[in-house]
Amino acid sequence: MSIPAIASDAAVVAPVSALPQQRSLGRFSKAVLTNRKATAGVVILLIVVLVSAFPELIARDDPQAAIYGQDLGPSAQHLLGTTTLGQDVFAQLIWGTRLTFIVTIVVSAIATLISMIIGVTAAYVGGLTDRSLSLLTDIFLILPTLPLLIVLASYLPPGAVTLIVVLTLTSWAFQARQLRSQGLALRARDFLVAARVRGERTSYIVLVEIIPTMTSLIVASFLGLSVFVVGFAAGLQFLGLGNSTELTWGTMLYYAQQGGALEAGNAWWALAPGAAVAFMGAGFALLNYAFDEIGNPALRPTRRRRARTPA
Amino acid sequence: MRYVSRRAGLFLVTLWAALTVNFIIPRVMPGNEASAVLATFRGVNPAALHALQIEFGVNIHQNIFLTYLQYLANCFTGQFGLTAQRDSVLTEIVSKLPWTLGLVGVTTVLAFVAGTAVGVLSAWRRGGRLDGILPPLLFIVATFPVFFVGLLLLFVFSVTLNWFPLSSNYSIGATPSLSLSFLGDVLSHAFLPGLSLVIVTAGLWIYSMRNNMLTTLAEDYVKMGRAKGLPAWRIMTDYAARNAILPNLTGFAMQLGYVLGGSILVEYTFSYPGLGYLFYTSTTDHDLPLMQALFLFYTLAVLICVLLADVATAALDPRTRDA
Repeated sequence: MSIPAIASDAAVVAPVSALPQQRSLGRFSKAVLTNRKATAGVVILLIVVLVSAFPELIARDDPQAAIYGQDLGPSAQHLLGTTTLGQDVFAQLIWGTRLTFIVTIVVSAIATLISMIIGVTAAYVGGLTDRSLSLLTDIFLILPTLPLLIVLASYLPPGAVTLIVVLTLTSWAFQARQLRSQGLALRARDFLVAARVRGERTSYIVLVEIIPTMTSLIVASFLGLSVFVVGFAAGLQFLGLGNSTELTWGTMLYYAQQGGALEAGNAWWALAPGAAVAFMGAGFALLNYAFDEIGNPALRPTRRRRARTPA
Repeated sequence: MRYVSRRAGLFLVTLWAALTVNFIIPRVMPGNEASAVLATFRGVNPAALHALQIEFGVNIHQNIFLTYLQYLANCFTGQFGLTAQRDSVLTEIVSKLPWTLGLVGVTTVLAFVAGTAVGVLSAWRRGGRLDGILPPLLFIVATFPVFFVGLLLLFVFSVTLNWFPLSSNYSIGATPSLSLSFLGDVLSHAFLPGLSLVIVTAGLWIYSMRNNMLTTLAEDYVKMGRAKGLPAWRIMTDYAARNAILPNLTGFAMQLGYVLGGSILVEYTFSYPGLGYLFYTSTTDHDLPLMQALFLFYTLAVLICVLLADVATAALDPRTRDA
């Protein structure tokens, strides 16, 4: 759920080799692999993707079938126990991964796209367009996200589509502002002046000339958004604003809370989906953190112990 | 001063936007949620009912623009109508306000102060013991959903160890008073919800403060301070931290929206009867008037903090004064 601040690159003092997008792909992937945070993030997300793709290989039980003993503790048959209705918690956790992951990826992708178009257009076109788009961005930044989400979700039929729509609507603003400032920095560059002199259309310049140069920031936006979306989607469903027939970690949490899982003695029913949300969020966050370090060498961890003050 | 007045303009526009969003949502959303809810209001105070009809656009047969103006006027005079229990929305909010204000206010200040201090120190002694443990650990914890941290604390400290109560804001039977025993009771109920909020928010402050500090520590004026032979703590606080904290002050207000959202989830997790829990019950009861008034209230709270943060930024950053 975090939105890590991206330090201004103007003040970087360590020898700047190049921004990631200017490196060859090989050097970039080497940077990802040698960064421990990035490796951990990639491994976590790989696990999530594999579980979403092949849940039937890991959990054989039907996640919705209420056919087992009620409120059972963890055992060899039921690794995480059973719910108050007698469903297998482990099977629910595994089968719930898919929809949780899909909602996160879809929202982050659409919101990144929106923030890209709004941010870059505002920066490039300037003038009244910039002022109105920036105002819109500022308003969405200030409106408190979860309360707005709750109000919107209360009026719409509960379900994954509603979740995607309301989360997208409320989450693009922060990244739009970041991409706008990056766009402003690019404005006076020669290749854009050349494109303008050639008489290219604004839409062409924004989509073909500017956006590809921002790949690393866009990837970082996507990762930052995903961290945020995983948590908020689960939070909304936890509050009962999801569709309770759809199996996700958020709806598991909702049922666990309603069933008083912690007090009833089957704590894993509530803790396991909560931990899963944290696990997936941490995967995105680690990758995002690593991207910050790769793009901004001033933030890279220093191995040797320094004297009292940094040199 | 021009900086603050420009920001005050944003304040008004955003407030207007929130009011307008509130006005538009019931009118454009599919289904007849609003009229179904309002149909249950029969034989109540006609003035309050009329205020609700204006807000939700039910049984209003007049120019929408005129209705909009009446709605704005109602909001500014505090006429938010009635809750599903036929109480005044405003009274209901005011009665729950102190609990949330205490919880969110104290935890936000604690997290900000502690997080900023750790961020400053860990950047100052980069690669040191503090820097090696707290920032990476709390940065990961900061990405955890607040309700997961809450559930975990609840399970460990209330269910298993029995150190803290399971829910509510004070024990059943205790009478609110200013006695020490009652205050202790309140604190023991608020401790875990507060701790959950501090745990997930402190990491963000540490992370951004540390990054800002690393950037300012490389500036020439810091080198200049060293060359002048100033004491280390002075360079750290007056030279580096004072500049590094500016982006965090702006972030403070943005963060508040996030913390308020987090407080809804925390109050729900701990059944802590503040505004967040009221918000939750308003969604389960389909209490639309209460829900929308709460949304306005949260927006107003964030806006006031944005404005305060701007004033603080103007006081600390001379560049904003003549901009």
